[in-house]
Amino acid sequence: MAGTDPIHQFVISDIVELFTIGGDGTEGSGLTFSFTNSGLFMVVSVVLTTTFLLFASRNRKLVPDRWQLAGEMSYTFIANMLRSSAGSEGMRFFPFVFSMFAFVLVGNMLGMFPYFFTYTSHIIVTFGLAMTVILVVTIYGFARHGLKFFKLFAPSGVPAYVLPIVIPIEIVSFLSRPISLSVRLFGNVLAGHITLKVFTGFVVSLGALGALGWLGALLPMIMAVAITALEVLVSAVQAYVFAVLTSMYLNDAVHPSH
Amino acid sequence: MVTQAFAQEAETPTEQNLDAAIDATRGEPVEGAVGHDPTADTHATTEAHGGEHDSGVFPPFDPATFPSQLLWLAITFGALYLLMSKLALPRIGGILENRKHIIDADLAAADASRQKTDAAIAAYETALAEAKSKAQGIADQNRETIQADLAAKRSAVEADLGAKLSAAEARIASTKAEAMTHVDEIATETAQTVVTQLVGDVSTDSVRAAVAKAKE
Repeated sequence: MAGTDPIHQFVISDIVELFTIGGDGTEGSGLTFSFTNSGLFMVVSVVLTTTFLLFASRNRKLVPDRWQLAGEMSYTFIANMLRSSAGSEGMRFFPFVFSMFAFVLVGNMLGMFPYFFTYTSHIIVTFGLAMTVILVVTIYGFARHGLKFFKLFAPSGVPAYVLPIVIPIEIVSFLSRPISLSVRLFGNVLAGHITLKVFTGFVVSLGALGALGWLGALLPMIMAVAITALEVLVSAVQAYVFAVLTSMYLNDAVHPSH
Repeated sequence: MVTQAFAQEAETPTEQNLDAAIDATRGEPVEGAVGHDPTADTHATTEAHGGEHDSGVFPPFDPATFPSQLLWLAITFGALYLLMSKLALPRIGGILENRKHIIDADLAAADASRQKTDAAIAAYETALAEAKSKAQGIADQNRETIQADLAAKRSAVEADLGAKLSAAEARIASTKAEAMTHVDEIATETAQTVVTQLVGDVSTDSVRAAVAKAKE
């Protein structure tokens, strides 16, 4: 039954239970912290990313080889993106945006392997990432500009009589950012994985019916292949979108008056 | 697996199972048969899966997993940020910076070489123009001296010829004048002879006067 259940792939299972804060000592009370399959893949993602970049740059060649070129391209890709949206002042956040992009991209891509856990399919993870972005934006914005950071809500060049309408809209849009940022990534990954699992489930169920079933299983099989390709694309695009939006929000922290 | 557990419990509705179900729901009163209690089902499933947080809710919305996920998110993302900002990105950035420096230096060297070449070409061209103008001057000077020489020689020859010409003319004139005087004498003599033959003697002086008169 778990074989074709499209939800089972999202189940978190404990590998090592670490500690519990609070609660009355009974099962399920308090906050239980464990090393789970989700945490395992986060660690794998960090190790992969770091190993790739360090391996790529191991020779420090003047004329790069393939690995080094790939590493340099990922570097310049994010650097150019951040510079174009947040200016050269925003480049102080380059390691942050790069880590964000790498963490989401590698998480999504790892999720495309069968039996691998996709940590970006959990709303709490994407929300945690989005809140990190928003907290960095807000804290840096206030630290850098003080109360002038509130100019963010009153775009320059807007006539005074429109401000009563614009300011609430801007505030709501600012407050909804962590939600939209996290739900966009979570929703895309979750929906893709469920669709993929449903179609491959059809293949298995129909294939069990014999010769005619094999014929019928051909259609969902083709769909599953096509959706796999689409999901690889979505994985990359969503990581890029996450990084672009992070850059744009950071631009607000650097230049609050638009 | 849920169905298995369910079936097991349904087959043996003993007092023990009922107690277990009541325990699982933490003392909440249970209505009806054990098998119909959803919480008991869930409990059994959790045991069957072995440590999975399958409490019946959609796994991504299961709050029981939130602390662990956030903990590992913080640990791993923090580690990734540190590794990227302290180790990996400075290394790649250094490679790119180094390459940019080398390319810039090479370009500057190439530019300097080009400027040097331009200067050399300009120097060569000025030298060439100078040499050309010098050659022109020398040629002009030569031509002038030759022309002057030629003109002097020609004028000398012309003067010489003029002198010879005038001398010859003078000689011709004197010869002619001399001849003319002889003509008078011949005419006088001839006339005297003719007149003597015709009419007799006649004086030389009167014949000469007549010849002079006829000549006019």
